[in-house]
Amino acid sequence: MRAIYILWLRELKRYVRSRAQIVASLGQPMLYLLVLGFGLGPVFQRAGNGSYFQFVAPGVIGMTVLFSSIFSGLGLLWDRQFGFLKETLVAPVPRLQIMIGRTLGGATVAIVQGLLVTVVCVIAGFRPHHLMMVPVALLFMILIATVFAALGVAIGSSLQDMQGFQLIMNFLVMPIFFLSGALFPLTGLPKALAAATDIDPLTYGIDGMRASLLGLSHFGAKTDALVLAVIGAILLVIGAHRFSKIEI
Amino acid sequence: MIRVRNLVKSFGAFTAVNDVSFDVERGEIFAFLGPNGAGKTTTIKMLTTLLHPTSGAIKLDGLDPQKHQNEARKRFGIVFQDPSLDGDLTAWENMEVHGVLYHVPHRHRRERIEELLKLFELWERRKEQVKKFSGGMKRRLEIARGFLHTPRILFLDEPTLGLDPQSRNQLWNHVKKVNEAEKVTVFLTTHYMDEADRVAHRIGVIDHGRLVAQGTPQQIKDQTNTQSLEEAFLALTGTTIRDESASGADQMRQFARMWSGGRR
Repeated sequence: MRAIYILWLRELKRYVRSRAQIVASLGQPMLYLLVLGFGLGPVFQRAGNGSYFQFVAPGVIGMTVLFSSIFSGLGLLWDRQFGFLKETLVAPVPRLQIMIGRTLGGATVAIVQGLLVTVVCVIAGFRPHHLMMVPVALLFMILIATVFAALGVAIGSSLQDMQGFQLIMNFLVMPIFFLSGALFPLTGLPKALAAATDIDPLTYGIDGMRASLLGLSHFGAKTDALVLAVIGAILLVIGAHRFSKIEI
Repeated sequence: MIRVRNLVKSFGAFTAVNDVSFDVERGEIFAFLGPNGAGKTTTIKMLTTLLHPTSGAIKLDGLDPQKHQNEARKRFGIVFQDPSLDGDLTAWENMEVHGVLYHVPHRHRRERIEELLKLFELWERRKEQVKKFSGGMKRRLEIARGFLHTPRILFLDEPTLGLDPQSRNQLWNHVKKVNEAEKVTVFLTTHYMDEADRVAHRIGVIDHGRLVAQGTPQQIKDQTNTQSLEEAFLALTGTTIRDESASGADQMRQFARMWSGGRR
């Protein structure tokens, strides 16, 4: 347990100390939030869907958690060759504990990052429909962070070089984001696109965020939570397995 | 302390380590020398539980590192070829995390960290983030960290690569000091023959995965009828340059060098 704790603490310390990185990582969500939020607002309104800014804010929060958590896992590729991780792999600690410590750390950082963006959203004018439901939104952030931190670990443990990293970025991370319905409503989509959004785990995360923050939901918050929990559990097992197989 | 018998490691059709046998006594400093790609790092990885041997037997302090992985891990410390410090943490915190991972009790941990940081002349800088350290300081910290859990064996994989002669000299003096004070067995690899000649009690030369010579530096020079260890090394391993094809790790290493501006 001490090992899990100290590795978790390490991730947090690193995050708090890299102030420049914290500010930089707010840049992209702000672009999506402010430019798309206000830019597409009039069109969205004319289509009779209400405020696009309100609609996109939970999506942007989910996106932040996605990127932050999945990158913490993918960072394994670097960390195991040039970083501290290598040192932990020869320590007399079961690999599972190291994986858990690191994944929890990455997920916690992602949640903090998500909360920061939530604050930015509120400052920019976002209003949750019901304050009582905000803790539920936090629960969904935790679920999203866990699912993608575990996915990141599974992939980061398997990658061999930096080229693979690019591939994952363009063919996995970006599609997960764009197909999640973070930027558009899920109703009335063409069949192929609807099928693609249905198999994207983030779709359920974003839908859950909207259910709790806006009271709007496509699948229902319970279904969302259940799907995320199951996928998260499966990915954690796969991640732990891949992690245990790392050879450096 | 280290006992290796008929060790073999194959990657597909390529045999990286081929039937290697040697012993390292307790308290001895043993230098493992060889050209690039000769099998040094692969051997160290097998000795330190990071790779499974294809065949052969390893005993570290009487333990088989494959069967008693965690017990074996407590008994050795390792300094890798590539840096493995956390640059965002301070020197003290890097030591602290290591101590926790190696189950060093709290009180003893504090004392030991203080003792080692003072010995390696890093005590004054203990509260600074490691990314602000010079290459030599980082290396010293890594070695100090390797000693933290009072291992019986310390593995050093090219610890002086990229350091200036002053730092190299200082680093070896520290290592020798701890080796004498605590009777720690040291297993090292290096490309600097003068270092091996000066520091090591015994030397093993590996080439194309095979151990081609072992003995004291003097014995090796006598065997090959040469004056210096460098000449002996070239006599044993030939003068052809070994061009390895770049592996994923090498590519990343280049990338890392680019990013850190040539400094390791």
